[in-house]
Amino acid sequence: MSAAPERVDAPVLELVDVRKSFGPIEILHGIDFALHAGEVHALIGENGAGKSTIMKILGGFLAPTSGAVRLDGKPAPYASGAQAEAVGVVVIHQEFNLAPDLTVTENIFLGRELGGLFLDHRAMRAGTQALLDELDSPIRPDSRIRDLPVSDRQMVEIAKALARKARVLIMDEPSAVLTHKEVEVLFRQIERLRAQGVALLYTSHRLEEITRLADRVTVLRDGAVVRQAGRGELTEDGMATAMVGRKLEDIYPPKRHHAGAVALEVRGFSVPPLVRDISFTLRRGEVLGISGLVGSGRTELAEGLVGLRAATGEILRHGVPVHVGSVREAAARGMAYLTEDRKEHGLLLDKNLTDNLTLSTLARFGTVFIDSGREEAALTRAIGEFDIRAPRRDMKVGNLSGGNQQKLLLAKTMLGDPEVVIIDEPTRGIDVGTKSQIYAFIDALAAEGRSVIVISSDMPEILGLSDRVLVMRHGRIAGELYGERLTENAVVRLVMGTNEQTSGSAAHV
Amino acid sequence: MSDTTRPDTARADLAKQAAAAPSLTARLPGLSALGPLLALILLVALGAYLNENFLSAGNVTNVLARSAFIGMIAVGMTFVITSGGLDLSVGSMAAFIAGVMILAMNALLPTMGVGVPLILAGMAIALGAGLLAGLGNGLLVTKARIEPFIVTLGTMGIFRSLVTWLADGGTISLDFAVRQLYRPVYYSGLFGIAWPIIVFALVAIAGQIAMRHTRFGRYCEAIGSNDKVALYSAVNVERIRLMTYVLLGLLVGLATVMYVPRLGSASGTTGMLWELEAIAAVIIGGTALKGGYGRVWGTVIGVLILSLIDNILILADLVSPYLNGTIQGVIIVLAVVLQRSKSSA
Repeated sequence: MSAAPERVDAPVLELVDVRKSFGPIEILHGIDFALHAGEVHALIGENGAGKSTIMKILGGFLAPTSGAVRLDGKPAPYASGAQAEAVGVVVIHQEFNLAPDLTVTENIFLGRELGGLFLDHRAMRAGTQALLDELDSPIRPDSRIRDLPVSDRQMVEIAKALARKARVLIMDEPSAVLTHKEVEVLFRQIERLRAQGVALLYTSHRLEEITRLADRVTVLRDGAVVRQAGRGELTEDGMATAMVGRKLEDIYPPKRHHAGAVALEVRGFSVPPLVRDISFTLRRGEVLGISGLVGSGRTELAEGLVGLRAATGEILRHGVPVHVGSVREAAARGMAYLTEDRKEHGLLLDKNLTDNLTLSTLARFGTVFIDSGREEAALTRAIGEFDIRAPRRDMKVGNLSGGNQQKLLLAKTMLGDPEVVIIDEPTRGIDVGTKSQIYAFIDALAAEGRSVIVISSDMPEILGLSDRVLVMRHGRIAGELYGERLTENAVVRLVMGTNEQTSGSAAHV
Repeated sequence: MSDTTRPDTARADLAKQAAAAPSLTARLPGLSALGPLLALILLVALGAYLNENFLSAGNVTNVLARSAFIGMIAVGMTFVITSGGLDLSVGSMAAFIAGVMILAMNALLPTMGVGVPLILAGMAIALGAGLLAGLGNGLLVTKARIEPFIVTLGTMGIFRSLVTWLADGGTISLDFAVRQLYRPVYYSGLFGIAWPIIVFALVAIAGQIAMRHTRFGRYCEAIGSNDKVALYSAVNVERIRLMTYVLLGLLVGLATVMYVPRLGSASGTTGMLWELEAIAAVIIGGTALKGGYGRVWGTVIGVLILSLIDNILILADLVSPYLNGTIQGVIIVLAVVLQRSKSSA
């Protein structure tokens, strides 16, 4: 038997024909993906394309439904994140895994403290200082995580990964929360790790970072690999096109073509610290989409508009300046906000349907005593109008499916009969069938002459629903698109900040 | 929106079910909710079995009248706990209000003389002091945003030391003549029912109605269940929270008004550990300590259970009355354990 010549670039960690299903829905369709020593491999795709799932499978947090995870050509010997770390496969998550009340040193050595019976504080502190020096970071080892800004916490996460002597380092959008200068430090570290032979997986929505860092790019769309390319083979524009390249499905209502008088005008509106100087108008019967990355200030803007956050600037309803200092005042001005976080901000999960439905409009159900007959009648009406499917009327809302929760939340919001409705992520975490129902409801709201703002990270949804789209970037409006200019490509370019078309699209209505 | 609806049998059934039976079953408390009531009935049966005097009018009046003070406070506490708060200061607050009330009445005596106006003035002062004390707690919790536990731990110490200081370490006594006039408020009654029992019953009924049938009660439950959701649902979270503390302060004042004529004095040990009895009664009654669900009638049963244990131990001579605290403690822990197994089922 002749020894096969060992390939220099044999992958360290690879996925072979990996499929992953949650329930009956398959979300990864036969992924082949490999990380090589001394290489930065970028994984890009829109939200929901499957990036996170792939990272979780690589890091041992999820098991594939079929297919193989191979480490050094053998089946990966781990079944949990902790076991993966033990063999040198380390994931830096977007949500940090740091104990906020412990110091930097205590976090970095958490679970593998130095010393015998007593902790060797001096050695751990010195080790931490050495790691932070390597990272050119001014963070003090004795600082509590709670007191550190988000960017510093990211650096601590990276230091922690370095301390684990990672062979494979998987980074989920590490630059999203870093400043320009910190990104430079991060890149130097990535380049240093690459030179040391570490296999790196890098994700980012900033395509210029991908161009600069990646030796290899894999583009993901709808749970499948649509493009793999080596360094220099793909332009930023090409990446964006590959990420998008999809037809709108037929679940969206036809577009409306008439809009009425201006219902809402916002001038020089700022919600510190992120959102600055936002101005736009909204007409009756119009659906205005707001797109942008998570963290671009979309939700902050919406919460500022309905008085949930302190804000400055002018809000005009029907041309008259109004003051909105609380959700109650917003409701009195005919404005309502449907939160993106229905479990934490939208619904009382351990209360029944009735209590939830009427909570924000309870004053309309009786003067001194609550008229429970009217409440029940309102629920019966809501169940009919919004097609809420609940096995029992007195069940806890937490036991409803996500789609029915969302319909109930919509019914609750509409019970106040608002003229301006801001809906944040209208279909997050719900199935396609319910999605199209919710799209029909939104369309019906506009058809009734109400004004709707839809905030969404789902690109097809924004394009399918909106008459006009504002794109937010870093707390400002990056551009406005409507009519023929309103294409997926144009929105993605504005979202990502690839500039060539931004100037032409910033026209006002 | 009617054009978006389409025929759907599940929905139609649901609507029909609502029209036919206006959820009668939902209004009846479940078996687990009846647990405290069963425990109370068992205790009464046990008491009657152990001592023939247990069910005598005298003993029943005695138990109920003594329950009344803690009971009124516990009803107020139910609202505070339901909305996610806590008030440890009520026992000290009662002592402080009693001290202030007695000193004020003694001071007003030379000008007003012994008479009903003096008594009414004293009552108004007690209620006003209760309102202000509750307002203080509430403002520290809502405006200064300090944890209720910390705020009321602090004011508990403050009220307790203030009354001790006012009494100069001893006892503040109401003038003898005034005391004679005031006595019937505790010892007399209407149709043979003592005043404290009547007032307690009225407070409990009003509390039950407020919790179940007014916006205030609904908002308390919503805030305790998830204050973020309440805020996003246009509920004035701070004002409702503030109102729960003010209501509790007022009820502490009312309890003091009924309590002072019983002994006619106040000291550094007046109202000792009332806060714990009140909180225990609320928890035994089925209100969730973390908030979100309140049951005023359960609180009333909780108060009665605690007083009955005390009463039976004294009457029955079965176990030393000194073990009262032990038995109460066991019952509190048991009540929470039962609640938990209920919610996980």
